Amino acid sequence: MIEVKGLKKKFEEEQILDGIDFVFETGKTNLIIGQSGSGKSVLMKCMLGLFTPEEGTIEYDGKAYSSFSDEQKRELRQEMGMLFQGGALFDSMTVEENVMFPLRMFTKKKKKELKDRVDEVLERVNLNDSGKKFPSEISGGMQKRVAIARAIVNRPKYLFCDEPNSGLDPHTATVIDNLIHELTVEYDITTVVITHDMNSLLEIGEKIAFLKDGVLAWTGDKSQIFKTEDQTVTDFVYSSDLFKKVKEAQKQGL
Amino acid sequence: MKYLQTIGEYFLMLKGIFFGRMTKRSVLTDLIFKEIDELIIGSLWIVGFLSFFIGAVVSLQTALNLSNPLIPKSLIAFAARQSIVLEFSPTFISIIMAGKVGSFITSSIGSMRVTEQIDALEVMGINSLNYLVFPKIIAMLTYPFVIAISMFLGILGAYTAAVMGGFVAPDLFVQGLQEEFIPFHLFYAFLKTFLFAFILATIPSFHGYYMQGGSLEVGKASTTSFVWTSVVIIITNYIVTQLLLS
Repeated sequence: MIEVKGLKKKFEEEQILDGIDFVFETGKTNLIIGQSGSGKSVLMKCMLGLFTPEEGTIEYDGKAYSSFSDEQKRELRQEMGMLFQGGALFDSMTVEENVMFPLRMFTKKKKKELKDRVDEVLERVNLNDSGKKFPSEISGGMQKRVAIARAIVNRPKYLFCDEPNSGLDPHTATVIDNLIHELTVEYDITTVVITHDMNSLLEIGEKIAFLKDGVLAWTGDKSQIFKTEDQTVTDFVYSSDLFKKVKEAQKQGL
Repeated sequence: MKYLQTIGEYFLMLKGIFFGRMTKRSVLTDLIFKEIDELIIGSLWIVGFLSFFIGAVVSLQTALNLSNPLIPKSLIAFAARQSIVLEFSPTFISIIMAGKVGSFITSSIGSMRVTEQIDALEVMGINSLNYLVFPKIIAMLTYPFVIAISMFLGILGAYTAAVMGGFVAPDLFVQGLQEEFIPFHLFYAFLKTFLFAFILATIPSFHGYYMQGGSLEVGKASTTSFVWTSVVIIITNYIVTQLLLS
């Protein structure tokens, strides 16, 4: 569980996050949504320890990040898996080497054990035949799956995903969403996903935080978000043409 | 003011490389060998080719301009040796390397910045500066071998052009090579080679690591890196020469 309390962050004079309170629950896919510039990425970077907030605390399973020593912070980071928007796979390494990388860096396992674990994870994301390929030789969807495999190979307690569906076709996006959700339940991890994708809301939005101008404007889940009367939320959700048409059709009883 | 800030950032980068958390030794060893292969072995062909032909041209130019019969022909070898050992191999090969190796380092690290690979390292709790730059610095410690090969091939090129061109007899050329040889000149040449190696590894890394923007900026950073690496090499060359030879 990650608990964010009264988080404030500003760059120069601009207030990016203004008093965010939210609990990201374990075993659930927690979504952060909001328009561009609303502070989603900054919130995630604060949780990852890449930005230091001016005020407020972030607690990982009850322990405040600010109270950690440098060594504890490094250990905590090793318990985090991150799926970047573009995958952020290392171009110079094969798929297998990419997935093995965190294990090589942080464990003292023998080569055979490393290989077994990598094979297990690649099989889990349905990429058992692509281990020897380089990232440039596989599709965008496959790259995302490799990035997920790399993020979970060290059995993290926290998984962060920054717009995992960007640049993917709707079918592949659903595959990635489902994979993230399945792994969250299977590994019982705390998953935080930044997304703009309304389909992701419907698929995996077990807990949703809606940010607007650096403020937590609404919280709920996927069943509530399409029923809410909150104007800021509906403006955002129904800014998608498809959803607008569906809503109009519903009004007309079609 | 901006230049001072940049110099400060460069030294902070060095601090991060040498005094930050070190990368796991087994991983580091692999990285160092990979960098030696890419930066050093991968440059041997072009360095060898250039050295041989520049050595040949230096010798030809000297021979063609020696019209006074009172000047001994062994001077061709002497002049070739001095120009190759003192300046051509250590300094001008380093400037060529700033274009080849330096641009490669800047663009590879810059691309990693653009595609969030450096962020991925940081999120994993890895000291990305140490992971990316330290192996390059260690690999570049073998750079003097490149320069030694360059010196040898440069002199071989000079010998080939002078002897095959019929400008000087082989034994006279060898005699000229040995004339007034000062071993300290080799120390001077290799000392500055080590300094250039450090510059070649760190300045391009700095430009790649701290670049901002997209792929267009990667190209710009590579160009800036080449310019600054060359400028720093030339200034360092002047300072070292002033301190050690004057």
